[in-house]
Amino acid sequence: MSQSGNQPKHLVVVGGGMVAQRLVEALRARDGAGAWRISVFAEEAAKPYDRVALTSYFSARDPEELTLGDPELWEDPLVTLHRDCAITTIDRDSHQVTDRLGRTHHYDELILATGSSAAMPPIPGNDLPGVFVYRTIDDVAALRGWVEDKRAAAGKGRSTDFERPVRGAVIGGGLLGLEAAGALKALGAQATVIQFGTHLMDAQIDLGGGQALKRLINDMGIAVRTDTATAQLRPSRRSGHVGRLDFVDGGRLDVDVVVVATGVRPRDELARAAGLDIGERGGAVVDLDCRTQDPHVWAVGEVACIEGRCIGLVAPGYAMAEVVADRLLGGKATFPGADTATKLKLQGVDVASFGDAFARTEGAMELVWADPVAGVYKKLVLSDDARTLLGGVFVGDASPYASLRPMVGSELPGDPGAFLLPESTGGGAASLELPDAATVCSCNNVTAGTIRAAVTEHACTDVAGVKACTKAGTSCGSCLPLVKKLTTTELERAGVEVSGALCEHFDLSRAQLFDAVRVAELHTFSEIIGRFGAVGTLGSVSAASAEVPDGVGPGRGCDICKPVVASILASLGNGHILDGEQATLQDTNDHVMANLQKDGTYSVVPRIPGGEITPDGLLVIGQVAKDFGLYTKITGGQRIDMFGARIEQLPQIWRRLVEHGFESGHAYGKSLRTVKSCVGSTWCRYGVQDSVGMAVELELRYRGLRSPHKLKLGVSGCARECAEARGKDVGVIATDKGWNVYVGGNGGFTPRHAQLLAEDLDSRALIRTIDRFLMYYIRTADRLQRTAPWIEDVEGGLDGVREVIMNDSLGIAADLDTAMAAHVGNYEDEWRAVLEDPEKLRRFGSFVNAPATADPDLAYVPERGQIRPATEAEREAAAETGAPVLIAGATLAVRS
Amino acid sequence: MSTTASTATAADEASTAVGRWVRVCLLHDLAVERGAAALVDGDQIALFRLPDDSVRAVQQRDPYSGANIMSRGIVGTRQGRPTVAAPMYKQVFSLETGACLDPVGYTPLDPAQANLRTFPVRVTDGVVQVGLLDGAAEPAA
Ligand SMILES: Cc1cc2nc3c(=O)[nH]c(=O)nc-3n(C[C@H](O)[C@H](O)[C@H](O)COP(=O)(O)OP(=O)(O)OC[C@H]3O[C@@H](n4cnc5c(N)ncnc54)[C@H](O)[C@@H]3O)c2cc1C
Ligand code: SF4
Ligand code: FES
Repeated sequence: MSQSGNQPKHLVVVGGGMVAQRLVEALRARDGAGAWRISVFAEEAAKPYDRVALTSYFSARDPEELTLGDPELWEDPLVTLHRDCAITTIDRDSHQVTDRLGRTHHYDELILATGSSAAMPPIPGNDLPGVFVYRTIDDVAALRGWVEDKRAAAGKGRSTDFERPVRGAVIGGGLLGLEAAGALKALGAQATVIQFGTHLMDAQIDLGGGQALKRLINDMGIAVRTDTATAQLRPSRRSGHVGRLDFVDGGRLDVDVVVVATGVRPRDELARAAGLDIGERGGAVVDLDCRTQDPHVWAVGEVACIEGRCIGLVAPGYAMAEVVADRLLGGKATFPGADTATKLKLQGVDVASFGDAFARTEGAMELVWADPVAGVYKKLVLSDDARTLLGGVFVGDASPYASLRPMVGSELPGDPGAFLLPESTGGGAASLELPDAATVCSCNNVTAGTIRAAVTEHACTDVAGVKACTKAGTSCGSCLPLVKKLTTTELERAGVEVSGALCEHFDLSRAQLFDAVRVAELHTFSEIIGRFGAVGTLGSVSAASAEVPDGVGPGRGCDICKPVVASILASLGNGHILDGEQATLQDTNDHVMANLQKDGTYSVVPRIPGGEITPDGLLVIGQVAKDFGLYTKITGGQRIDMFGARIEQLPQIWRRLVEHGFESGHAYGKSLRTVKSCVGSTWCRYGVQDSVGMAVELELRYRGLRSPHKLKLGVSGCARECAEARGKDVGVIATDKGWNVYVGGNGGFTPRHAQLLAEDLDSRALIRTIDRFLMYYIRTADRLQRTAPWIEDVEGGLDGVREVIMNDSLGIAADLDTAMAAHVGNYEDEWRAVLEDPEKLRRFGSFVNAPATADPDLAYVPERGQIRPATEAEREAAAETGAPVLIAGATLAVRS
Repeated sequence: MSTTASTATAADEASTAVGRWVRVCLLHDLAVERGAAALVDGDQIALFRLPDDSVRAVQQRDPYSGANIMSRGIVGTRQGRPTVAAPMYKQVFSLETGACLDPVGYTPLDPAQANLRTFPVRVTDGVVQVGLLDGAAEPAA
């Protein structure tokens, strides 16, 4: 800061919401010279979070998961985030703001990004306990807590309060109200939506769509009352909490909780007090450059009144943030106009509207396709010549939405009616070729051209790469199907092997190959590669090499496809993994059924289901390790790992284990590793279920299960979560009533927290749910894809997975159950089976011409009372002095 | 099996220099596409029987990890030519020339020795023999 001339100017941002976050991110990304120092004053205590995804807080629970963007943004030395620190006044004359602690801050430029607050209609009783709005993390947390308390109280069946579900009402039948109603259902409450207008979502869709939507909402078990106004809220006489809704028409509804979602009001109180122009319906008036009448004060997001109105959507707010970031650096950007396309985020109910949904354009034509039985209503709004797309409404099936939205204002190719027919009848928008300028992701303003360039110029090879590179699809996610399609098309066009193909031997993806093998009932690699192998590999055998033997010519697979086929065959139950040709397919560790270590020896991890072991068991493992001179260590999965076993020692070690009632374990390979557990209700004073018993049951059930990647499970005996189950692919956490099951967690390079799949299951339902989850994953995941990214890939994400396994939306649940039952029924101790088969046993010799001779190059040194492999330097030193400082692992006489 | 004729292999060019053929095992002892290690005059060698019953031999030491494990790698093909993948870090080597075809981003312990040494092999009357050069053996690759 010595050259005062170059000191960065100070930008003060009031509000730490979605648009503020985007503004800081955009400015920091472009202001490489550091012209601006940014202070963000945020009223909320949480870091800027994804309000759009607020409802997922009910399933994720972890507010951290909602945090927006790269957390490092807030570590940037040029950025200061003051949380829980609202601004109370603005003094435009002195360029100062005052925060709630009374501190003043000077600004060079000031940005208002204060968003909106939930509107509260002046209904008597709207301040009763039990009446909530739905805008912030705190609102949602309070609502959740309230419903849970009510549920617990009802469950206790107090004398006046017989056991019954919690009754909820949502005032307001718009996007937000429906989302809130879905949330109430998810919390186990009943929900009634009360809509003042003629139909649901009347700001977005027409009456026909509204009627179809009502049917869909009713099908979810949510009641709907339209054309009804609420006269007052009345307290329950006993508790003083909200207890009843009275309608103007005389009707009434008993309730335990009310959510008000009747719209939002811009938070323009600071702007008003500072004498800035305010719009007719509120909001700080700005020009297309987002500046208020004061050239040093800007407004962005929901608080900005732009083109005469405030817009309650995030995409236009992001566009404003980009405009201001550009302007602050001397640019000339202007607001491009608002894209008000919307899609309802309610699982199982597909609703979308975009463009001129109400056909208000002069001469506009409407093309409607409705199937009242299925609850489907689709409408396109077209120009008077029926060619140019102006807008549309989709209810019940919004699949054409992602492709059509970017086409607004363009001519549709072919018969527009085709876009309305179900895809199964040859309709759909599959063949649409988007112009480069079409906006695909409106949240982040990403065009089709940018996505194509991510593939062709920035070498992205999958959707994840394109998301990271362009930000497309990182907000509401509604554009993801289209992003995926564009990416794949572009990759194919570029001749890049679309990541689906396994390797040069198979054009199919793992999931496709799985289905092909299952349906064709093939049982050997030779059959499979003969039938489904890539044709290209046949032609590539050079004619000049007459010596290349016939058997080799067509391609014999590789280290990519062979283990995949091995895993598929194992999942479909094809006997021992070392039977016949199957043995040649196994990856390193599966091949030897132990864990390869750096010096070429192996480690053995005896199975200890659930991590529960007797003192005698401990003695056995200790004695085996001692007899074979093995290094021992406790693993993170609650096992004991014994290192330094040579290949020819493995069968001897297994035999000792088998004799004492152990089996070796799958601490390796793409299969179930371990089920970790805490001690649970049997000993722990907090435990509410027997977590160890459940862990043992799960481990014995899924042991030996081969999968696309490793699988880990965990079981905790109460919400304190001592088993860290949410870091596992499947995490089970005990509740008073049963078990909650979380899926998609993992540790490692990109740690992920598992997400709630289902609540309060009894033990049978829990096991059935996990059975289906695992089998569905095994059948449809990519090679080396863990459960978390797989869930993202499943259509509909976690909700989609839930539909398939809880509601059997694909009609495959019975099939999945049968497959898992077959796995459980066919399980055998793979290690014991080797001991019993001389042919398999023979493969465990160290040398084919000296089967019991140890690898002469192995050398160890002592460290902390055990052995470890000698380093190269230690070997050389030993060789020079000639002194045998190295010790070899102890060898036990071979037992016959 | 005992009548299996001597099979020509790419390594046969080197066989003119073979000083001595050492009997290692029976062809029958080797499983198709599953390697086996052998101790030949103190050298650790990895033997691979291919689907046509020809046998290839390369050094057992993995140049990238230093461990004696090549026989435990997955046997396959690249562009129709036989290969083996190192079990430790998955480099792919030609079974014909020993050349490393894909280092998968690793560097070998000794940067000058990325490839596997190959050995001439012949199968006569069902007996697998490995050819050794007279005196010190030299890398073939
Ligand atoms: C449940 C829900 C679902 C939604 N779904 C969608 C959707 O699917 N699609 C869509 O486009 N939009 C959706 N929205 C709307 C979207 O969240 C908003 O458009 C967006 O958050 C607006 O961003 P913003 O930064 O303008 O305001 P906000 O995100 O509201 O941020 C404003 C922040 O400023 C703070 N603040 C206010 N006054 C002060 C002060 N004086 N000092 C300091 N801080 C202050 C507030 O506390 C708040 O944190 C949804 C909203 C909700 C609640
Ligand atoms: S999770 Fe609960 S039951 Fe398990 S050890 Fe911790 S406190 Fe006890
Ligand atoms: S449109 Fe919302 S993330 Fe792309």
